[in-house]
Amino acid sequence: MSGRLESPDIALSDVSVGYGERTVLSGVTTVLPGGKVSVILGGSGCGKSTLLRNIIGLVPIQGGRIVLGGHDMAEIAEAERLDIRRRMGVLFQDGALLGSLRLGENIALPLREHTELTDSLIEEIVRLKLKLVGLADFMDYFPSELSGGMRKRAGLARAMALDPAVLLCDEPTSGLDPITAADMDQLILELRATFDMTIVVVTHDLESLYAIADHVVVLSAGRMLFQGPLARLSASDDPFIQQFLARQPSRESRILGGSWSAMVDSRRESAVGRG
Amino acid sequence: MLVGLAVDLMRCAGRALRPWRPEKPYLRARTISHLAWVGADSLAIVSVIAACVGIILSLQAAIQLEKVGAMSYVANLVGFSLVTELGPLLTCLILSGRAGAAFTAEIATMRISEEIDALAVMGIDPVRFLVWPKFVAMAVMAPLLTIWADAVGITAGGIFSSLVLGLSGKVYFNQIAYFLGFKDLLSGLVKSAGFGVAITVISCWQGFLAREGAADVGRRTTAAVVQSIFVMILLDLFFTALNYIFR
Repeated sequence: MSGRLESPDIALSDVSVGYGERTVLSGVTTVLPGGKVSVILGGSGCGKSTLLRNIIGLVPIQGGRIVLGGHDMAEIAEAERLDIRRRMGVLFQDGALLGSLRLGENIALPLREHTELTDSLIEEIVRLKLKLVGLADFMDYFPSELSGGMRKRAGLARAMALDPAVLLCDEPTSGLDPITAADMDQLILELRATFDMTIVVVTHDLESLYAIADHVVVLSAGRMLFQGPLARLSASDDPFIQQFLARQPSRESRILGGSWSAMVDSRRESAVGRG
Repeated sequence: MLVGLAVDLMRCAGRALRPWRPEKPYLRARTISHLAWVGADSLAIVSVIAACVGIILSLQAAIQLEKVGAMSYVANLVGFSLVTELGPLLTCLILSGRAGAAFTAEIATMRISEEIDALAVMGIDPVRFLVWPKFVAMAVMAPLLTIWADAVGITAGGIFSSLVLGLSGKVYFNQIAYFLGFKDLLSGLVKSAGFGVAITVISCWQGFLAREGAADVGRRTTAAVVQSIFVMILLDLFFTALNYIFR
């Protein structure tokens, strides 16, 4: 690969995201700083996971540019793109471990594919990676034998197998209990501190946001509402951001809630009247 | 998508045939494990069905041939039907239901649970990792299982004919050896290799098309089996016509 790729910045300029003809997100311009944890925040269906897939290169962008460590992902040759992709670790929402392989084999997979290391050395690295995420004793387990939180941690160990320069995490705390979610946040912070990686986390979990974010991008209704350091987020006067941070229900939900309450109240009154 | 899969498989074939840069050992191990699963693990069911078909054919032949006093030709009918037609077809029907359906379900489930995306992100070509070992296993094992099915069917037909129909075993096997040629065997093996390749491509292609959750896995699996059977019959017609033209 031309040039080093150590904790690179990821620059998005006027990126449009969508499926086929449908655009779900447009005009995203930001720099996710190298060596920091950037959190892409937004409600369900706002396109944040799709944006992550664009950065990974799994889904092509509809417009704009994504530049990773000085490499424009659309203009570089396929071989170089694959090489850069190898320097990315990705944690998918449910870990995406291969169900037919044991945990150790899952983590060994990228090592077997991209290195010429001996089996004993690979096994040693796998042990280290599993120890890093607290799963050293589970090397011979199948993914189906693990809890959701353990699968995510194992997914993180696999993402770390090749010592990536960039770690991308899709909803790492979704579906986890508060303690396990806090453990996952702690793990992400430790990885950043130990390996000085660029970490991008997609989430809608506010507690995770406050725990891990250095840089925040907020998406809603097909556009970017905010980008900047976490400290500036609460000062934003955007109504969606204020509502999101205050965890207030949406307008539609309030309308529904109001009519539901009114209906329940009227039924109660009529029941009391009959009694 | 289907054309892309075929192109990727040809690329894998080119890669596998490079003696100066052999496949990674873990991929060779995957291919061997698929060979064992498709081949050795199908032996029992193929044997039982082939034996039953051998007996059925000898019974059916005997009903007609004893009317004209040509019982010794039972062997010809059993052997020729099995080797050129029923051996490859029945073996590959079993493989379509057993292996093809499993291929589709596996790949579809992996597609839905993002495992295929995970492979791509790790820089591992999903076709090379998932489809190629299955392709090799089916292309190799379908003809080998067909030879086995032919042998079991003919032997079962012979034993049944000698025990129940009163046909001498020596006459039966002499007839088989005299009338069945290498060309007949080859035409059956070409068919089974073609069927095996078709089953793999269709099953894996359907798996990759899965998008909409668990229900789609079932739909794709059913579609893969039905399409595989349909394509097998078409291929059978094609190969049989070729065989007739160049007889």
